[in-house]
Amino acid sequence: MSTLASTPPPLARTEARAARSERLRLLARSPLVVGGGIVIAFWIFCALFPGVVCPHNPIFDNNFVPSQPPSWAHPFGTDTNGRDVFSRVLAGSRAILQISIAATVIGTVLGTSLGLLTGYLRGVVDDVASRFIDAILSLPLIVTAIFVVTAVGNSGRWVVTLIIGLIFTPVIARTVRAGVLAEAELDYVQAARLRGERSHYIMFSEILPNVMSLVVVEFTVRLGYAIFAIATLGFLGFGVAPPSPDWAAQIYQYYTLIDPYWWMTLFPALAIASLVVAVNLVADGVREAYER
Amino acid sequence: MTDVAPRALDVSDLEVVYRVRGIDRPVLRGVTFSIGRGDSYGLVGESGCGKSTAALAIVRYLAGNGRVAGGAISVAGKDVLALGQRGLREYHARTVSMVYQNPGAALNPSLRIGTQVAEAFAVLGATKSEAEERSLAALMRVQIADPSSVLARYPHQLSGGMQQRVVIAMALAKDPTLLILDEPTTGLDATVEAEVLDLVKQLQAELDTAVLFISHNLGVISKMCDRVGVLYAGRLVEEGPVETVLQDPRHPYTVGLLRCIPRGGVRKDHGRLDTIPGFLPPLGVEILGCVYADRCALADERCRTDEPPFETVVTGHASRCWYHERAASLPRVEVADIELPAVDRTGTPLVEIQELTKVFKQRGQDVHALTEVSAAIWPGETLGLVGESGSGKTTLARTLLGIVPPTSGVALLDGSPLPPRYQKRSQEQLRALQIVFQNPDSALNRRHSVRRILLRSLKKLAGIGGSAAEARMQDLVARVRLTERTLTQKPVQLSGGLKQRVAIARAFAGDPRLVVCDEPTSALDVSVQAAILNLLVELQAEKRVAYVFISHDLGVVRYLSDRIAVLYLGRVQELGPADVVFDGPHHPYTEALLSAVPTIDGGGRDRIRLEGDVPSAASPPTGCVFHTRCPRFLGSICVEQEPPLVEVEDGHHMRCHIPIEELRVMQRKERATA
Repeated sequence: MSTLASTPPPLARTEARAARSERLRLLARSPLVVGGGIVIAFWIFCALFPGVVCPHNPIFDNNFVPSQPPSWAHPFGTDTNGRDVFSRVLAGSRAILQISIAATVIGTVLGTSLGLLTGYLRGVVDDVASRFIDAILSLPLIVTAIFVVTAVGNSGRWVVTLIIGLIFTPVIARTVRAGVLAEAELDYVQAARLRGERSHYIMFSEILPNVMSLVVVEFTVRLGYAIFAIATLGFLGFGVAPPSPDWAAQIYQYYTLIDPYWWMTLFPALAIASLVVAVNLVADGVREAYER
Repeated sequence: MTDVAPRALDVSDLEVVYRVRGIDRPVLRGVTFSIGRGDSYGLVGESGCGKSTAALAIVRYLAGNGRVAGGAISVAGKDVLALGQRGLREYHARTVSMVYQNPGAALNPSLRIGTQVAEAFAVLGATKSEAEERSLAALMRVQIADPSSVLARYPHQLSGGMQQRVVIAMALAKDPTLLILDEPTTGLDATVEAEVLDLVKQLQAELDTAVLFISHNLGVISKMCDRVGVLYAGRLVEEGPVETVLQDPRHPYTVGLLRCIPRGGVRKDHGRLDTIPGFLPPLGVEILGCVYADRCALADERCRTDEPPFETVVTGHASRCWYHERAASLPRVEVADIELPAVDRTGTPLVEIQELTKVFKQRGQDVHALTEVSAAIWPGETLGLVGESGSGKTTLARTLLGIVPPTSGVALLDGSPLPPRYQKRSQEQLRALQIVFQNPDSALNRRHSVRRILLRSLKKLAGIGGSAAEARMQDLVARVRLTERTLTQKPVQLSGGLKQRVAIARAFAGDPRLVVCDEPTSALDVSVQAAILNLLVELQAEKRVAYVFISHDLGVVRYLSDRIAVLYLGRVQELGPADVVFDGPHHPYTEALLSAVPTIDGGGRDRIRLEGDVPSAASPPTGCVFHTRCPRFLGSICVEQEPPLVEVEDGHHMRCHIPIEELRVMQRKERATA
């Protein structure tokens, strides 16, 4: 072991790194990806350090003159409770980012596992699971989510997270399954079987690394959908409950007052749009970089 | 040359570069050759030498990053490089045609053959009914069976040979001045290849078309071409009439290529194959002297600093070598001869298969892939499996390994039955039977390093880990002649030959007793093939491992095999010692297979042609399954009764109604007249 480890770093490692950096370079060269990345980074920063970016406490500083239009003191105006909309918008990214990332991770992990199982094991497992997946895919995402949230009778953020994650599972499973089907035909899988490897080793150690690029692409694409779905649910009154500063909750709360208090709705809406567009720009870039 | 009309193709000082990462990398370096009207010219060389690039430059289909950096190309006296958009379209439509390796990809899978062939005529301005009429005539010209029904079919309903005939018919629709064939028969069986080559030759003579024939197969070139050019690293290193270049090569590269090929009946116990050491220079490096100097045993200081001129050896035969008069004395690569102990066939066979039958269910039909195949393999011997595609070679190998369970019959290891499926086999049984696949790209996990691949196999097959596995891995790596550097690399970073060595090392990790080699060299260049074959022989001598060796290349099979089984439609037609099967008297099918192989030495092998395709295994012919194509068909007995597989001589089994003595007389007579 030690003799090998002490040999000078061989070409291989540097070449593998070169391939990876080539992909990064490709991503970094696209102005759209860079722009999207900056926006996402900004919102993540806001979510992590609301105290640093917000001029006022988004919940407890409610002593301002209520319902004032944008001014120098309050660039996004104040809401009916006398809170600073600017601070609430900046702080509002926290909940949506938490939920969407957690939901997408759940969906990706479950979906990838299910895709590996159905694509590799085939047979009855595949037949049953695939019919089930088809059935779920035929349902409209938001309607299903609302239905399930209502049925569960609890719309706390972790319930919403889990539900979105579960709804994404079949979509991701189907994409991964297609990749696994192609990989499973290759001779290296046959070779693994002929040396007596167990199925889980073949699925997770042999095949998974080869479909990883699919998984990464799927993750970024789903993240955009998740943000959108969560915002929609929030707007309909599910998810994060007031007084937490959540963009969708703010819209839900104030959209009936849009005339004349347009600032209370517009700025949270723009925030949602900026995040969704940014994630989609990055997702497109990632897909292009991986599919070359 | 008193020719007044311009030559069909003139390529002079052609320089082609590919732009990779902002740098122009030369791919063709000053290539000059020409083809007279109605002549045929072959370009040979290993992959990466620039053969296909030359063809693409001629038809002006270079990839986006490629461009002609210098030189001239003219076809029928017209400057191809000066053509504008319209001129180029005209040129493609009327003057030049190209046929590629894979006919399946050249045809549109969702259009009927008739529509596609008619298109070729419509481009030339034919009306719809005219085009249809001429399509039929075109298919008749390429001697396709039942042309009018072929017109109504889709590409997937045709065999590879028929597809290639259709493509050729389309290529000839415009009566081109120049026809370029890029490895047109590489994916086809030898018997089909022979038919297609005959057809091309005949049509060429009829139509007076000039042909540029690109192939890595020197046998094919020798059969098809008048002149041949040998490309190496984008340089034409030797050129001349086919017979003189192949019989009296004057460039060390040509000499080396010819020596790599197992031919003339050489066998592993006669000695090692010669190889070409080293690698092709990487794309686009600056080469000062001779392009081949790095790999040439004759090279000296001058070769490394001064590029030799393209010197005429005798009229019409030129070589780019300072020492072309000494080329034939190129020293052989020193490989220690090894001793192959004789195979002891007295004990229990290592592996015995008894009446294996495999029937696949396909769309409600029974496809008989194997029918009562029996054979035995003793330790240290190689059983070669030959036959056309669809003969059951691969199914037999897969059944043996337990990948597909047989419908009936059993395989024995050391006399005790093996479970039909690999899942039910013990680790010990799995270890005993391993495989080397045809395509090293798909055989190795591209995300795993060589080190990980080998250590895992050692763990599972040899049951060792830690420092013991490390030590064994070093040993394995040394044995398959890989360097330590490869260990940390991933398969993408390795050449085809190196990948195949890794695959072999993996198969040998657990000291297998029998290794199935499924076309292990058919994706490799001949110089690499020779090295891999040498390696397999060395491992066999050291480890007494047995091989089941599948290949469509009969020279390769003969080199490696002790005994050979000839399969046709899932039945063993002939089984015997390699020399007996090859030298005859043979089964009529074996005879036909052998005579289909184009040989470098020329020679009168062209005696027998098999007509048509292998019948469907879903409804095999009655009686002797080979009777529909048999060149020695006797009569009703062949149609009604399947001959049994009988031992006609010592250890030589055959399935034929014709007595062996009669076959011997017939075949000897034909050999004498040939």
